[in-house]
Amino acid sequence: MKEGTLNGRDGYREPSHISTGQVGLWLFLAVATMLFAALLSAYIVRMGQSDWHPFPKPGLLWFNTGVLLLSSVSLRWASSALRQGNQKRAQLGFVAGTTLSVLFLIGQIWSWSVLQQLGYFLNTNPSSSFFYVLTAIHGLHLLGGLIVALWAARNTERLRLFVMYWHFLTIVWVVLLGLIVLT
Amino acid sequence: MPHDGPQSFWTKYIFSQDHKTIAIQYTITALLVGLFGLVLSWLLRAQLGFPGSFQFLNPGSYYQILTQHGMIMIVYMLTAILLGGFGNYLIPLMVGARDMAFPFLNMLSYWVYFLSVIVLMAAFLVPGGPTGAGWTLYPPLSALPNAAPGSGWGIKLMLISLVIFIAAATMGGLNYVTTVLQFRTRGMTLMRMPLSVWGIFIASVMALLAFPVLFVGGVMLLLDNVLGTSFFIPAVTLFGQQLPREGGNPLLFQHLFWYFGHPEVYIVVLPAMGIASDLISTHARKPIFGYTAMVIALAAIATIGFIVWAHHMFVSGMNPYFGFFFAVSTLIIAIPSAVKVYNWLLTLWKGNIHFTVPMLFGIGWISTFIIGGLTGLPLGNVIADVPLHDTYFVVGHFHLVMGVAALMAIFGGIYHWFPKVTGRMLNETLGKLHFWVTFVGSYMIFFPMFLMGIVGVPRRYFDFNVLQYLPPQTGGLNLFITIAALTVGVAQLLFLGNLIWSAMKGKRADANPWRAATLEWQTPATPPAHGNWGEQVPTVHRWAYDYSVPGAAQDFIPQNVARTSDPSPVAHPQERGAQRAG
Repeated sequence: MKEGTLNGRDGYREPSHISTGQVGLWLFLAVATMLFAALLSAYIVRMGQSDWHPFPKPGLLWFNTGVLLLSSVSLRWASSALRQGNQKRAQLGFVAGTTLSVLFLIGQIWSWSVLQQLGYFLNTNPSSSFFYVLTAIHGLHLLGGLIVALWAARNTERLRLFVMYWHFLTIVWVVLLGLIVLT
Repeated sequence: MPHDGPQSFWTKYIFSQDHKTIAIQYTITALLVGLFGLVLSWLLRAQLGFPGSFQFLNPGSYYQILTQHGMIMIVYMLTAILLGGFGNYLIPLMVGARDMAFPFLNMLSYWVYFLSVIVLMAAFLVPGGPTGAGWTLYPPLSALPNAAPGSGWGIKLMLISLVIFIAAATMGGLNYVTTVLQFRTRGMTLMRMPLSVWGIFIASVMALLAFPVLFVGGVMLLLDNVLGTSFFIPAVTLFGQQLPREGGNPLLFQHLFWYFGHPEVYIVVLPAMGIASDLISTHARKPIFGYTAMVIALAAIATIGFIVWAHHMFVSGMNPYFGFFFAVSTLIIAIPSAVKVYNWLLTLWKGNIHFTVPMLFGIGWISTFIIGGLTGLPLGNVIADVPLHDTYFVVGHFHLVMGVAALMAIFGGIYHWFPKVTGRMLNETLGKLHFWVTFVGSYMIFFPMFLMGIVGVPRRYFDFNVLQYLPPQTGGLNLFITIAALTVGVAQLLFLGNLIWSAMKGKRADANPWRAATLEWQTPATPPAHGNWGEQVPTVHRWAYDYSVPGAAQDFIPQNVARTSDPSPVAHPQERGAQRAG
């Protein structure tokens, strides 16, 4: 047997429909949820201090959000196409989804430079500090996902899990955006 | 053999994906790091026992040594050896799997941990040395330049090392939890798992949920320190200069830190509880008393353990209602903890106790956990904690309950499983000497600290001569503790010597020298070969504690022996119900 592919059960499976990769992903999503929950609660606590001054929110963020939502939808489309055996549509959806994701990341970095031109840097005010930290940590999660994407592209199960991760990050971004825009 | 392992030196010993090799790598690294932490504690004791006798010990270096001793022992030694070492070795073997769920990630976990240790150690070589801001790294002390020793390079390397460690712990934790959930062999239901696996499993879940919060605190502190943000730094005047910051919240860091920090205590204690349970049951030749209650107690401690963190912050000036809530939740943890203690004692009750070295350490665990745990009760009460908080009472408490007690389980576990790992027995005479010096010596070190704390000797002090109110006996007690600490330290060198000597020249062990019922002792080869089980993975027919079954030929029945050959099984509680129903 090849190193690294040992199956712990010798073919025996409990009557369960949950794959090992699925369990691993759920656990990782729990870890990431704790990470973002900790960031959000720190944000809310810090917001209450007297030196918190809101910064102007670049309109670009709304465009970026639309792009990320579209990427999530097209990846979902790719995943169901692959399950139905439609390689061509799957490929199209996958390329569209990952391209849109890259576009989102570029847009996020662009929003940083917009803010910097307005004079809001990482250390200008806690509100802008949090904006840079939240977008950076969220962006790094997407970037890590894009590296894994190539490995997941042609495998139905892997692509399904990858898309679940992408939906998770999209939801996280919508929550983050809500908090950023409202405060 | 169906599962030929990798043959080259590099893939077999260095970048191995075999959980047993990774476990040994984790254990050796953690023990060496622990030895370093031990030497640091000698330096602290040298100053306290013989104040002013050593030129290189000054208030600055004392704080650096204090900080590094705490951080190294809690994170890089205890957490690493219990989850990375014991977790890696025991989980697949005890649940009947061939390896972890994600072997590549498992290998990566060790090497990322190794990198975090390198970064940690590098801090001793950089200008200014390692950070001396205390292991809790409280800002503003840790965030400002020139506030504490090592606030240049030292604190940055510390935080970077922690962030790397968290990545390693997450990769490991994903593996341990997934393997327990998905890779149990046929018949190994959750409620048939040995308590060691339960302890490590629940602790791993806690680690997955707690470490991200430290990660957030660490990253924000790093930004405060390096890039001038103001997450935690309030309006501060440093050396007469008003810093361009205001409104940062140091208490926010304390909350983030302890939201990780308190579960961290249980991340260390729960695996130790599980290991101690297996040691006590096996060497008393008796089923563990109250298995189901033991599992529920582990889960209860873990759950409540997430809502007690602010009891570390009673002196931070919190709202009294919060203090009341955290005091109550803290004291509630005493209930499941007491359930466990009674169950260990009742397992020993009328058992056929073999005073082997692992058993001695198992009993040592019960003793130190009780004394350490009971002294936690006054500290959990706000009104008693406020005067005791900054005294040696706290030092005595946490060293006994999560330092010495956890080490008792770790040492016991090493003496217990060493024959399976190496195929050789550890020297018993040296082992008994190691136990008695460590056990008695640890009480001689930490018991006087309770007395010192009650008379008000403050912790974290470099020199007590400046405090006029202290009774004159303080100096004598400190000297006594230092002599005890150095003696216990020498016993640990004896232990390391025993490990090395026995691994090469020790008496050959057979496959199951303790006549234990759990699966790891039933492997076809000792040490287990790559893939653990040869042709076929075992099928489990019973729980992990069939010891001294009436009418059975031997005083133990392995988990993989079918029930038909079992005249009168000590049935698992759940199965007992099923039999009655049938």
